[in-house]
Amino acid sequence: MKITLFITCFNDTLFPETGKAVVYLLERLGHTVEFPLEQTCCGQMHYNTGYQEEAIPLVQRFIKVFGDAEVIVAPSASCVAMIHEFYPKIARLTGDSQLISQVESIKNRVFELSQLLVYKLKVEDVGAWYPHRVTYHPTCHSLRMLKIGDAPLRLLRNVRGIDLVELPQSEECCGFGGTFSIKNADTSIAMLQDKIHHINETGATVCSAADNSCLMHIGGGLSRQERETRPVHLAEILASTEETATSGL
Amino acid sequence: MNRSDSKSIILERIRQALDDVQQTDHPKAIDRNYRMQSDMPDDECISLFAERVREYKAEVKIVDRADEMGAVLESLRSRNARRVVLAPGFPDKGLLEDEFTVVKDEPVPLSNKALDECDAVVTSSFLGIAETGTIILNGSEGQGRRALSLIPDFHVCVVPSNRIRGIVPEAIEELNNVIKKNPAPITFISGPSATSDIELNRVEGVHGPRTLHVIISMGAGACTGNISCRT
Amino acid sequence: MNTPTFEQTAKQYIENDQLRRNIGFATKTIREKRKTVVEEMPDWEELREAGQQIKDRVVKNLDSYLLQLEESVQRAGGHVHWARDGEEANQIIIDLVKDKGVSEVVKVKSITTDEIKLNDALQQAGIDALETDLAELIVQLANDEPSHILVPAIHKNRTEIKELFSSAIGLPDLSDSPEELTNAARLYLRKKFLNAKVGISGGNFAVAETGTISVVESEGNGRMCITMPEMLISVLGIEKVIPTWQDLEVFMQLLPRSSTAERMNPYTNFWTGVSENDGPKEFHLILLDNGRTRVLSDPGGRDTLHCIRCSACLNVCPVYERTGGHAYHSVYPGPIGAILTPQLRGPEDKSAASLPYASSLCGACYEVCPVKINIPEILVHLRGKVVSHQKETGGWRAKIQPEHAGMYMMARAFQSRSRYEGAQKLARGGMKLFERDGMVSKLPGYLSGWTSARDLKPIPNESFRDWWRTRQ
Repeated sequence: MKITLFITCFNDTLFPETGKAVVYLLERLGHTVEFPLEQTCCGQMHYNTGYQEEAIPLVQRFIKVFGDAEVIVAPSASCVAMIHEFYPKIARLTGDSQLISQVESIKNRVFELSQLLVYKLKVEDVGAWYPHRVTYHPTCHSLRMLKIGDAPLRLLRNVRGIDLVELPQSEECCGFGGTFSIKNADTSIAMLQDKIHHINETGATVCSAADNSCLMHIGGGLSRQERETRPVHLAEILASTEETATSGL
Repeated sequence: MNRSDSKSIILERIRQALDDVQQTDHPKAIDRNYRMQSDMPDDECISLFAERVREYKAEVKIVDRADEMGAVLESLRSRNARRVVLAPGFPDKGLLEDEFTVVKDEPVPLSNKALDECDAVVTSSFLGIAETGTIILNGSEGQGRRALSLIPDFHVCVVPSNRIRGIVPEAIEELNNVIKKNPAPITFISGPSATSDIELNRVEGVHGPRTLHVIISMGAGACTGNISCRT
Repeated sequence: MNTPTFEQTAKQYIENDQLRRNIGFATKTIREKRKTVVEEMPDWEELREAGQQIKDRVVKNLDSYLLQLEESVQRAGGHVHWARDGEEANQIIIDLVKDKGVSEVVKVKSITTDEIKLNDALQQAGIDALETDLAELIVQLANDEPSHILVPAIHKNRTEIKELFSSAIGLPDLSDSPEELTNAARLYLRKKFLNAKVGISGGNFAVAETGTISVVESEGNGRMCITMPEMLISVLGIEKVIPTWQDLEVFMQLLPRSSTAERMNPYTNFWTGVSENDGPKEFHLILLDNGRTRVLSDPGGRDTLHCIRCSACLNVCPVYERTGGHAYHSVYPGPIGAILTPQLRGPEDKSAASLPYASSLCGACYEVCPVKINIPEILVHLRGKVVSHQKETGGWRAKIQPEHAGMYMMARAFQSRSRYEGAQKLARGGMKLFERDGMVSKLPGYLSGWTSARDLKPIPNESFRDWWRTRQ
């Protein structure tokens, strides 16, 4: 299948390894990956912070860049949730009936990575190998907006060598929340401390999630507290195999 | 500004606020896809009612109709009640008077002070709801006015088994038929009064009766979905 | 004096360990109990859906339901008053109480009367308003503010309450057992109830069809206030009306399980006007606007008026759990407060304008809301209104404010591939300036909030798109 990658501005700039992992993984499963270089940002940060007008051209741009793609994948649950939940609203704001119908048509072709694998491509065992103690944090947007359910856990359970441990009170927000992490830094950090406390309880060396934004926040706290646990995006675990691990990918 | 204008001003504000809403004469019916009736058999319904009322820390006795007064007397004795208010119309067959000072709210209504001096009150009830363990009083025969079941510290309430319904909508429906003819006040009682305001510790008994005894009187069986047993 | 913003005061509450422990314990306990009693209902989602639809119908036909309610209440012997704002509502009440010639009234917990600061207004008019809900009494005696919709004194522990009762109502020999403290309140209030001439309540529902008002409660103080006085005055927000008696079958299932996490609360009162030989001889219903029509006028925020004040959203909110209710500077705390307060108060109120940002948009509130209010969506909508208001009224200062300028520049960058790629390089270079030992631990200005407790990895030298190009 030809799959078009929407990397998201955040991963493109800050977490290129996640993008590479998506490419390796999908190619390993026999798919072709395309990457339109004209893509930029979905507009989530603007929209969620209250800059809704500013998000409009970004929606239009997304439609222009991805309008013809059959299947679009993004390694970010929150950006996909933005497209599913808020693009229709933004399109209605413009009153542009063409944009409204384009958004309606595209949103069902945009998938978060684990959604694509489990629900669209129907694979749960991607042939990965990852010999580490891992705990999984279900990010709020993946859980409550996109409702990807246990798709990530089904994928992780099939990873060879993995020691998957349940995160206590996993469904509680880590405190990232986009610009909330800066505007309400004190509250955000108080939430993070509790999340880190639960991660520590698991004894995991890796904390994984479907969103690098939350992982950057969690990882930033872990690093400041000089913890051994590293944040690793789900895609990177799924892309890992014995060969790539030894070749030092 | 004149107060009488406030009504028209508020209504005008509402109409302006809703100028984007298409008003239709026949709005879409509400989707009531929730349970309207329970499918519990009678005996299950009664035992669920008893269990749920007990969970609220009320004492529950299930007795034959013939033993109803015996159970009432036993309840009153168990708490050493002396002065007892009897709700007007409660069929006590004169059995209370031998043992207790019976105070009546008729023909002259009792003063608050007189009520406060009573140790207990005995009432009947209009309905029970099994799923929520709720007793419903609506001032009809044997229940009295609201103050009666409120001020004395101990409430003995008789619930005829055929007045127990399975779930909330069944009771609301029955009240619907009554309230439009006789809009008397209605009280839902689910256990004795309670508070959890201090460190979330549940304490039974604040201002309402601190002790509640419920006597389920087995007569015509319970009624859940079966219209024929509704009286 | 300007009320501070949420973020300005959140820190002091977060750092108050006892407050955080109490609130954390309360919210966790109620949250778990709620989950149990909700999960045992096979038709919970259908009830939520019906609740949402009924409330939607109410707000979209509010004028006709209010008129119907008025007629029904009058038919049943009650009086109906309309109040545009809190001041008008308070004046109506003061006049009614003064006509009755009394100087003390008993009150049953009502957030609506807290919203309009009724007790202060009564006091200024020489009338003592006695709160009779145990928690409200504690808050009132302590001269404090409620911190939770359901359990307003949850920030106080038993020792504090014991000391309060000793000093304020002169009961020195109390222990700190909740039973004994509760009993003290019972004795103290009983005399008041039995002699009360005027009772004041709020109300949970007002049935347009029958004119019936309901008050849902636990302690029996509601029953006392509603039954014992000669005159009863109830203040209800105009959104509390529901169309039919049948609709109660939905809300009487949704509310108790969502609120106190019980199958049914101990007592629910329903009364219709006045009844011969039972209860008050005079009943006054006050229908209060006080900003509600402003909420109604915004199609994007209107659903806020569906709220039945259960407080389930508070108990699941990770922000509320950390800060407690006082940081919201409103009688409506938590997620519902974060959307209701700014709409009731309007865009000029800077403190209220900070509330839509007091959320990580985690969505837990929407999940538990018994009438399916999409709180996160409304929060985002209100953020949009805050930003528009700043743009319209802030002048050049708003434009150079760091967040605004940053958002503007990024929006421009994202609209062109070359500008976007240029911005990536610029950010990489900019961040290098702050890198120490392969990590960024201190950033200036707007971004310093991030690094106060979190490190940041520097931006990698090669972006994904750089890599992709080399791969082609």
